[in-house]
Amino acid sequence: MTSVSASSLSATPNQDQQRLKVVFVGHVDHGKSTLIGRIFYDTKSLPDGKVEQIQKACREEGMEFEYAFLLDALLEEQEQNITIDTTQIQFKTEKRPYVIIDAPGHKEFLKNMITGAASADAAVLLIAANEGVREQSRRHGYLLSLLGIKQVVVAVNKMDLVGFSEETFRAVVAEYEAFLSQIGLEARTFVPISAKNGLNVALKAPAEMPWYQGPTITDMLDTFESPKTLEELPLRFPVQDVYRFDERRIIAGRIESGTLKVGDRLVFSPNNKTSVVASIERWNAPQSGTAVAGESVGITLTEQIFVERGHVASQEVDAPIESTRFKANLFWMGKRNLQVGERYKLKLTTQELDCELVSIDRLIDASTLEVIDGRTHIAKNDVAEITVQTRAPLVMDNHDRLPVMGRFILLEDRQVGGGGIIFGGTYTDRNKIKSENIFWSEGAVTAARRNLRNGHRGGVVWLTGLSGSGKSTLSRALERELFNIGMHTYVLDGDNIRHGLNSNLGFSPEDRVENIRRVAEVAKLMADSGLVVITAFISPYRVDRLRAREVALEGGCEFVEVYVNAPLEVCEQRDPKSLYKKARAGEIAEFTGISAPYEAPLGAEIEVKTDVLSLEESVAAVVEHLRPLLRPDPTPEI
Amino acid sequence: MTPQPPSTVDPLSFSTHPAYAGLYPAPGADEPPAFFPAKISRADSEHLDALEAQSIFLIREAFHFFKNICMPWSMGKDSNVLIWLSKKAFCGHIPYPLLHIDTTYEFPEMIQYREWAVQHHALKLIVKINEDARAGRGDYAARGQIGYDTTDPVTVTHELKTVALQQVMAEHKWDALITGIRRDEDPTRAKERYFSPRTKDFEWDYKDQPPEFWNQFTTSCAPGEHVRVQALLDWSERDIWLYIQREGIPIPKMYFAREAQDGKRYRFRSLGCWPISGPVESDADSIDKIIDELAVTKTSERAGRAQDHHERNAMQKLRAKGFM
Repeated sequence: MTSVSASSLSATPNQDQQRLKVVFVGHVDHGKSTLIGRIFYDTKSLPDGKVEQIQKACREEGMEFEYAFLLDALLEEQEQNITIDTTQIQFKTEKRPYVIIDAPGHKEFLKNMITGAASADAAVLLIAANEGVREQSRRHGYLLSLLGIKQVVVAVNKMDLVGFSEETFRAVVAEYEAFLSQIGLEARTFVPISAKNGLNVALKAPAEMPWYQGPTITDMLDTFESPKTLEELPLRFPVQDVYRFDERRIIAGRIESGTLKVGDRLVFSPNNKTSVVASIERWNAPQSGTAVAGESVGITLTEQIFVERGHVASQEVDAPIESTRFKANLFWMGKRNLQVGERYKLKLTTQELDCELVSIDRLIDASTLEVIDGRTHIAKNDVAEITVQTRAPLVMDNHDRLPVMGRFILLEDRQVGGGGIIFGGTYTDRNKIKSENIFWSEGAVTAARRNLRNGHRGGVVWLTGLSGSGKSTLSRALERELFNIGMHTYVLDGDNIRHGLNSNLGFSPEDRVENIRRVAEVAKLMADSGLVVITAFISPYRVDRLRAREVALEGGCEFVEVYVNAPLEVCEQRDPKSLYKKARAGEIAEFTGISAPYEAPLGAEIEVKTDVLSLEESVAAVVEHLRPLLRPDPTPEI
Repeated sequence: MTPQPPSTVDPLSFSTHPAYAGLYPAPGADEPPAFFPAKISRADSEHLDALEAQSIFLIREAFHFFKNICMPWSMGKDSNVLIWLSKKAFCGHIPYPLLHIDTTYEFPEMIQYREWAVQHHALKLIVKINEDARAGRGDYAARGQIGYDTTDPVTVTHELKTVALQQVMAEHKWDALITGIRRDEDPTRAKERYFSPRTKDFEWDYKDQPPEFWNQFTTSCAPGEHVRVQALLDWSERDIWLYIQREGIPIPKMYFAREAQDGKRYRFRSLGCWPISGPVESDADSIDKIIDELAVTKTSERAGRAQDHHERNAMQKLRAKGFM
């Protein structure tokens, strides 16, 4: 293990120069920084005088020299003796160059570990022999499996502290292997080491551990495979920007997978427009009509279709998934909890969309793999299986098919709050969709398209009940609740109808009928435009309510009748507007319940007994019924 | 052609300038202002494609998300690679201004190079000098002139570079700077993010950096704050040279060996203010030789930069306050 000399470089021109990225993870204080420092020392990858300089600094501060200090360059880290942020640093063996990513072990620094590990090709996971498998050993193993890092070697460190006991080593191996098998991860091998003493790091240790004849850590690093080229996979070219230079419209982006050639017909998802590649634009580079995975290029098209950032170009066959709903494994690092029903900003390649956390399907303790039941939120450092609904179609692939298109992040404020891995999505045949001429960018703006945009269907929630039964209160609370979960909603009640649209109507039976007829028509129009309309009128006659229902259903809108039921005595006792008093005194004629009939619903979807239920319970009852009805069809027929 | 302003540089005066009083002699008065490397693509440089693609991706992301953007340009090798990558990203154009923080301690041939490069690359260049600090007026009236003859190098670097940057940013209100720092230059830079937020006071909160993975970044900031987009973070010093050679990128001549009066040959590995920049002994007079030299060297790139070594953790202190 020596650094490569100039002569050997030119002598071996085919040497692998692609840097392999290796992340070092493990429980805090299990010796990651020490191992990395030792690898640098043993492979002679340190600048002249670096060791001496740090030894001198340690003497000055009365500290024992540690190899970890070679990495922990920041003052704070030296003072606290822990790594606080991910560090990337290069070294090389005779075989190839490496980028080592040092990931901190402290639980609160998970984001740094993910930041480091997400880009790694391979991992070294450390477990201290004297402490054995700990919480972070398991959690980090789980995250490696989640991130799709399959090349893993486990270093069982601090063998010197357990008398180089083979038995102890075997016990750690057995325990951790059992854990890894549960998460479908298999370690390449387990290496017993003492990083501090440089045993089995780059040099074998036959004297101390004669029972181990396997590879050292650096031997193992050299066995890892370089990342595979993605040229053979289906084309994915997410549009980064569209530039206008020299009268040309250049579509800029990086080819994430596959190959793109001049003359190829590309389909741009999600709007499904197609055009042909006219040229591949590069500046000061050899002319070539082909661009492959990994290249940042620009292309021009023969037909000037509408293309913008976030669109993903593919070939017509093997197109990506396009959906507004998907399942994912998510790890959360945000400061606030993720809540079911809340809206978040989602980014996947260059796409940026609003989405809603629809449900938590499984919440897993990443260190014990136990399922946590009954939580409607995901807390910092949790890992969960979730269902997500986006406001507009998201272009994606399953992670196991095409990792770059199968992972997304959720934002918290301005920062990355968590990451997700998409699984289980179904691919549809774009040609079939095309032949049936049903792609949504070309037809009229239909209710289904509005629903897709809004994230829910429109509908009418018709509250009926006696004066004082709680319709107004319930309607406002319901409106607030629906609004808070991201729905578009509006209340129609006496206040905003009687004073305008129906100001020419009184309270005669004829006028009451006309009043409700107009309300029913307006509610239908608003529901058709995509709103969830809540109406709060006494609407005493069954036949009027039936007509309102028919009007809505004819318009293709959901109609939910809510019987806001409180006994007359209770209503009269509440009497918020002193109307009952006036009616009893004969000051109001034809007052429902006193001098005019109220026909209680026979087939209302929901009955809310406001004298029994709290307002919160009443709202919950309605929302619970409403939500499934108003979900947009995940694959709308348009 | 628009008439060019008269050059402020007289090559005939180079040999008597104090910047060349040390080991590294002045260039000949008739030498061209830039070095044009012969284009050679070495067999061990295939990994440059991936580095180039990632840098272009980062530069385009910066340009998309930030509307008021600037690219600091020190004229050094990394800076010139940034110009090149910008032109690659935008098909030969550079859609943002460049900024040179002029400490007034530039080597005269670097000013000559600057004038040449502005013409050659058609740069929109803003030159900023902290005039008050140099003259000892305004906020500096009580402290007097700031310069290497009066003040320690860490303070000079802070005042003439970082404070100058703060002044010019207050004026132009840039929300992002595309920088050319690399992880391999310095341990504190090894911890950097691609998109690294800075507070109003330019502070870098390296203890609580935002997560960054899967090429998703911190792509917005509050008014007054800015984000440093570090497009060369993954590159090593050797990669920079391999790329300059592969692409034939014009660079200053001071990276190449000149014979000193002591009969030995010297070159600069890193260019800075002349009073605090030391050359290294080297025979490298071509990029090939520089690359071969780097493969065996064990001295650090910034070893010749006095301000880094003035005290322990000097670099960290400078960077936490806003130094690049």
